[in-house]
Amino acid sequence: MSDHSSEAHSHGSVKSYVVGFIWSVILTAIPFWMVMTEAFDKGPTYITIVVLAIVQIFVHLKYFLHLNFSQQGKLDTYSFIFSAVIIVMVVGLSVWIIYASNAMMM
Amino acid sequence: MSALLGKLSWDALPYDPIVITTLCVVAVAAFVVAFLVIKNNLLGVLWNDWLTSVDHKRLGVMYIVLAFVMLIRGFADAIMMRLQLALATNGDPGYLPPSHYDQIFTAHGVIMIIFMAMPFMIGLMNIVVPLQIGARDVAFPFLNNLSFWLAVSGAVLVNISLGLGEFAMTGWVAYPPLSGLEYSPGVGVDYYIWALQISGIGTTLTAVNFLVTVFKMRAPGMKLMDMPIFTWTCTWANILIAASFPILTAVLAMLTLDRYLDFHFFTNDGGGNSMMYINLFWAWGHPEVYILVLPAFGIFSEIVSTFTGKRLFGYKSMVWATASISILGFIVWLHHFFTMGSSANVNAFFGIMTMIIAVPTGVKLFNWLFTMYRGRLRVTVPVLWTLGFMVTFTIGGMTGVLLAVPGADYVLHNSLFLIAHFHNTIIGGAVFGYLAGFAFWFPKVMGFHLNVKLGKAAFWCWLVGFFLAFMPLYVLGFLGMTRRLNHTDNPDWNIWLYIAVVGAFVILAGIICQFLQLYVSFRDRKQNLDTTGDPWNGHTLEWATSSPPQFYNFAELPVVSDIDAFTDMKEKGTAYVRKESYAPIHMPRNTMAGIVIGGLITAFGFAMIWHIWWLAIVGLVGSIVTFVVRAYTKDVDYYVQPDEVARIENAHLDNVAKG
Repeated sequence: MSDHSSEAHSHGSVKSYVVGFIWSVILTAIPFWMVMTEAFDKGPTYITIVVLAIVQIFVHLKYFLHLNFSQQGKLDTYSFIFSAVIIVMVVGLSVWIIYASNAMMM
Repeated sequence: MSALLGKLSWDALPYDPIVITTLCVVAVAAFVVAFLVIKNNLLGVLWNDWLTSVDHKRLGVMYIVLAFVMLIRGFADAIMMRLQLALATNGDPGYLPPSHYDQIFTAHGVIMIIFMAMPFMIGLMNIVVPLQIGARDVAFPFLNNLSFWLAVSGAVLVNISLGLGEFAMTGWVAYPPLSGLEYSPGVGVDYYIWALQISGIGTTLTAVNFLVTVFKMRAPGMKLMDMPIFTWTCTWANILIAASFPILTAVLAMLTLDRYLDFHFFTNDGGGNSMMYINLFWAWGHPEVYILVLPAFGIFSEIVSTFTGKRLFGYKSMVWATASISILGFIVWLHHFFTMGSSANVNAFFGIMTMIIAVPTGVKLFNWLFTMYRGRLRVTVPVLWTLGFMVTFTIGGMTGVLLAVPGADYVLHNSLFLIAHFHNTIIGGAVFGYLAGFAFWFPKVMGFHLNVKLGKAAFWCWLVGFFLAFMPLYVLGFLGMTRRLNHTDNPDWNIWLYIAVVGAFVILAGIICQFLQLYVSFRDRKQNLDTTGDPWNGHTLEWATSSPPQFYNFAELPVVSDIDAFTDMKEKGTAYVRKESYAPIHMPRNTMAGIVIGGLITAFGFAMIWHIWWLAIVGLVGSIVTFVVRAYTKDVDYYVQPDEVARIENAHLDNVAKG
C-alpha cells in the first residue's frame, strides 16, 4: 500500500487563476472582435484565430492544468507532452493515410 | 428470436465430431479437477487464498495458469491446422471443412495473442514489478484483481464459442466488410468483439494500475533511473497499453455499432470506409506487439546480467532504446497494410520508420552480448532460453526489415513468409522470454526449484521444433503459398508442409516436457526447496525476500541507492539484517467483488452475443452495482501486527543462516 503521503502538488492560487482568466479573455476577445467588426480581410482573421487559439491552449495548460517543469510537476508535463505527440502522430498519420488512399481511388 | 433466449436455440449446439470429442475431454478434465479440489478439501483454500486474493503475487500466478490453459487451447488449434495442411495436399480436402478451419485459425490468433501471451506477460509483471521496486503491493490491489477477472471473462467467452454457436471465421484481425453483418451474420464475430472488448478493458486497467505503482510507490531512494530494467520495460509496455488499447476499444465499439445498430462506419455502402478499420486496428495492433516483446527484453536483460554475475552493460542505453522503440512503435503501423494502396509517399515513410525501429532493438542485442563478454555465463535453463532467443529473434528481425521494403512486401504480403516472420519474432522473442522468466522466477514464487533436465529438454524441443515448423514457411512464402489456405494442390509445396507438421509435433514434445517438468518438480519439491530466497545470486530486490515472498513483501521498505539494489545491500552487509522490532504493516483485505463483477460481465457479454437483452441488462447493472457497493465498503484493509512480522522474518532469516 502507498504511504498516503500527499506530494506538494501546486493547485495554483487565486492570483494564478485570475491571471489565466484575464489572458484567456483577452485571447478570446481579440478574434471575436475581429470577426464581429470585419475590420480585417478573411486571411489575416483566420490566421489570428488559429494562432491565438494555440496560444490560449498553452495559457490553459500553464494556469489551469498547472503543467510546469518543477521537480514535482515534471512528470505530469512529460506525460502530457507524450500523449500529445502520440495523438498528433496517430491522428495526423491516419488522416494522411486515408486521404492518400482515397486519392488513389479517384 | 425469443425474448427469453434471444438467438440461442438447439441449433447452437455442435454437431462436428471433433468439437464434441473436445468438449467431452474438457468436461471430463473439469470433473476430475473439481473432484480433486473437493476430495482434498481445497475449496476453501482456492476461494480464500486465490480467487478472492488481491495479492499481486497470487494474481500473477493465476494469470500464468490462465496463460498455460490457453496455450493448450491455442496450440491444439495450431497442430490441427498443420495436420490439415499436411493431409490436404494434391487436391485432397483433408479432415477440416473450411467453416471449421476458418474458426480455428481465427481462434488460434486471438487466443495466442490476447489470452496466452498477454496474461503470461501481465502475470510475470504482477509477480515481479512490485517486488523489484520494493513495494508491498500495487497501487490499487482490488483493481488488479478485477483486471484479472475481466481477462478470465474474455477467455471464458472465447471458450464458450467452442460449444455454443461458432467463433469468427475472419482471421484474428476481423477486417470488415467480411466481419460486418452482411458477410458474417452469425454470432462468431460477436464472440470475438465481446471477448476482446472485455479483456481489453482489463488490460487497460492493469496498465494504469502499474503506472501509478511505478511512479508513486518506489522504495525510498529509488530514482526512476535506478529502476531494474525489467520494471522499466514493463513500464514502457504499460505506457503503450494506456495509449493504444483505447484505440482497440474504440474500433471494436464502432464495429459493434455497425453490427448491432445499423451504423455505417465500415460498411461498403452508406458512406462507410473499411480502410479506417484496418488503419485503426493496426494503430493498436502494432504497439501491441511491442507490448508483448518489451517485457521479454527486460527478462533477458535480468537473466543475462544475473547469470554472468555482472552489472548489465549499458543500462541507460537500454532504457532509452526501450523508450525509442515505444515511440517509434506508434508510427510504423501501416507496414501491416502496404498493399492497401496508399500513396507511394505514405508507404515510403512507413517503410523507412519500420527499418529505423530495428536500430534500438539492435542496440539491445549488443548490450546483452557486451554483458556476456568476459563474463562467466552459468548455462542454466533461463540462459538457454536467452541464447535461443538471441539467435532466433535476430533471424525474425532481419526478415522483418526485409518485409519493411514496400516493394518486397507487395510480393510477400499475406504469404506464409509473413506467417513465418511474425511467429519468428513472437515465439522467438516474446514466448521464449516468458518461458525464460518463468524458469527464472519460479523458485522465487513457489519456493522450490524446477527440474533442470526436463527444463532443458523442453527448451531444445521448442527450439528445434520452432525451426522445423517455421523455416519451411519462409520457403513456402517465396514459392507463393498464401496464408489461411484450407487445402492445396501444388506438389512443390508438399515436402515443406510435411516438414512443418513434424516441427509442430516437436514443439508439442516441448510443451509436454514443460508440463511434465511442473509435475516432477512439484512431486520432488521437498528435496529442491529454495530456503534462501536468493537461488541465483540475484541483483534486484525481489531476491531479498523469502521464497515464496512474505505476503507483505518487505517487513521494512528497503532504502535503495543503486540499480542493482540487492547486490549493493549484500556488498554493504545490509542484507539479511535482523531487526529488533517492526512497525505494523498496512495491508489490503481480500474481496470477492472482482470475481462477482467478472461473472456478471461474462453474463453480459454472453447475452450481448446472443441478443438476450434482459440478461444483458442484469449483467451490466449488476456489475455496476457490485462495483459501487465495493466502493462504499469501509472494511478494506487491516494491519499485520509486529509480533507476526517478527515471527515470519525470523523464520526466514533462520533459513538463510542454515543455507
